[in-house]
Amino acid sequence: MRKDIIEIRWHGRGGQGAITAAKIVANAAFVSGYKGVVMAPTFGTERRGAPVMTSLKIAKTKIYDLSPITTPDMVVVLDHLLLEEADITNGLKQDGLMILNTPKPLNSYNFNGMKLAVADVTSLATEAGLKKGIVNTGIIGSFSKASELLDMDVLATAIGEEFKGKNSGKNIEAARLAYNSTLIGDR
Amino acid sequence: MHIIESGNVAAAMGVKLARTQVVAAYPITPQTPLTEKLSEFVDSGEMEAQYIPVESEHSALSVCIAASSTGSRTFTATSANGLLYMHEQIHWAAGARLPIVMCVVNRGVGAPWTVWNDHQDSISQRDTGWIQLYVCDHQQIIDTVIKAFYLAEFVSIPVMVCYDGYLLSHTYMPFDIPDPAQVDKFLPPFTPEYMLDPARPKNLNTVTLPDTRTDIHGNTAPGYMEIRHNLHSDLRSTLTVVEEIDQKFQAVFNRGGNPYVEKYKCNDAEFIAVCLGSLSYQLRDVIDALREEGIKVGVLGLRLYRPFPHHAVIEALSGTKGVIVFEKALSYGNQGALFGDIKSALYNADRRPKIHNYILGLGGREIKTQDLLDALRNSCTDKEKMNNTPKWVGLKL
Repeated sequence: MRKDIIEIRWHGRGGQGAITAAKIVANAAFVSGYKGVVMAPTFGTERRGAPVMTSLKIAKTKIYDLSPITTPDMVVVLDHLLLEEADITNGLKQDGLMILNTPKPLNSYNFNGMKLAVADVTSLATEAGLKKGIVNTGIIGSFSKASELLDMDVLATAIGEEFKGKNSGKNIEAARLAYNSTLIGDR
Repeated sequence: MHIIESGNVAAAMGVKLARTQVVAAYPITPQTPLTEKLSEFVDSGEMEAQYIPVESEHSALSVCIAASSTGSRTFTATSANGLLYMHEQIHWAAGARLPIVMCVVNRGVGAPWTVWNDHQDSISQRDTGWIQLYVCDHQQIIDTVIKAFYLAEFVSIPVMVCYDGYLLSHTYMPFDIPDPAQVDKFLPPFTPEYMLDPARPKNLNTVTLPDTRTDIHGNTAPGYMEIRHNLHSDLRSTLTVVEEIDQKFQAVFNRGGNPYVEKYKCNDAEFIAVCLGSLSYQLRDVIDALREEGIKVGVLGLRLYRPFPHHAVIEALSGTKGVIVFEKALSYGNQGALFGDIKSALYNADRRPKIHNYILGLGGREIKTQDLLDALRNSCTDKEKMNNTPKWVGLKL
């Protein structure tokens, strides 16, 4: 209803850290001047490995509507195999953006005019020294590059604050590597 | 300092800042992260309190009753069937005049099982003699928990702070953590009027005869009916106390103000939507959209449900053309409980508006903004006839 709210839907698997990723972005958005930030996980019972979603709404002023996102401006996908398991593009706006962690090249996808950004976050995160399969911080780098919404340095600080000493350097490095490697397609 | 966290964490931080001394709780969805956070605070020494794990909600409140009777600042939290399992002790805590604070993380009641949000759990406890407060966002959760201890201890009546399960409990948003020194300034340590003390033994809440009696000192001791009358009249006097407390809080923290209702675009409104909890915030965007269509409508969120703030309700609603009550609970076989309360308050008003009742969101049924828009527009434009039968929103029959 409000036109000034940026809606970002995060798709991951239970245990993959999509909620943490969205929370880090929420913190970075808040310190970047977005006073309205609402992050809502899918309500209910979560199972490890099963597809999960998290809604993140961002606006310059307080957001009062807590209802789930139905028409996202962006979707962030932590695992490309989810494309076959869940309706990832459901409701995505006409000029919407998908940010996808995938080992496949950009031109192997075709989403009818939707803007797509890809990076092999899984490999880049391992390169940064993280345990295999940790992708929730790396994808934030791709998000920064493709969305141009939040500055990579602000996001790096937010990642550091979330992990406080526990591998924060490696997580930030994963995001920076992904930032530099993200390829963005034409519509 | 602002942080972005869940509503459950906001509640736990409020409990910690209030220097709560005893916590007893049994985990239940969607309250669980609140009790987990409190046990973490106690375990790490961040919070100087006793966390007493129990095997059920009935025991949780029993422990709180005992702890509060010895003069400790006491907290518990629950949801849905957990709250109902406490029911006997909920009456007891109010009758015994113990200033316990409890967060009710609102969830629908089984059967059939649901873990999702509605208000049937706390609404079904409205006649127990507790004060019931409803909040709309995380700032209100943390602030209201702190104010609730002040209120409970000031009037010796327990308080429920009710917030929507998942919608608030599991959603993250920014809120300001009140400065601990300022909280201490606002909320002094608990000094009970009566307490169990081995040095001065006494009986509390023993069998009370139907009539008054002369006690061993020759004084007339109240009977059951006098004691219950006093609970009611003290609850009614709470209506003035709660305003003083809110003003005191506002003087320290520069937030709050009206403890009864929260109004949005009500001043010139011909129609006013009324509801409890976060739904009143969701309705704000709907109000804006209908105003663009030329419908003069506003929304009133009720913050204090028991005692019922008749004066604030009449002041806001009498003189309007129509009142539309949206409810996530039902007095089965009759109508929405809040609808009945609003109607009864307006009976004595000089100008009685038409009044309409919508039931929605039971068991977490998604409340679509478009559905709210359609329902409210229909009520304001007389498409939906106003009568005593609740209409259902989002029902798929």
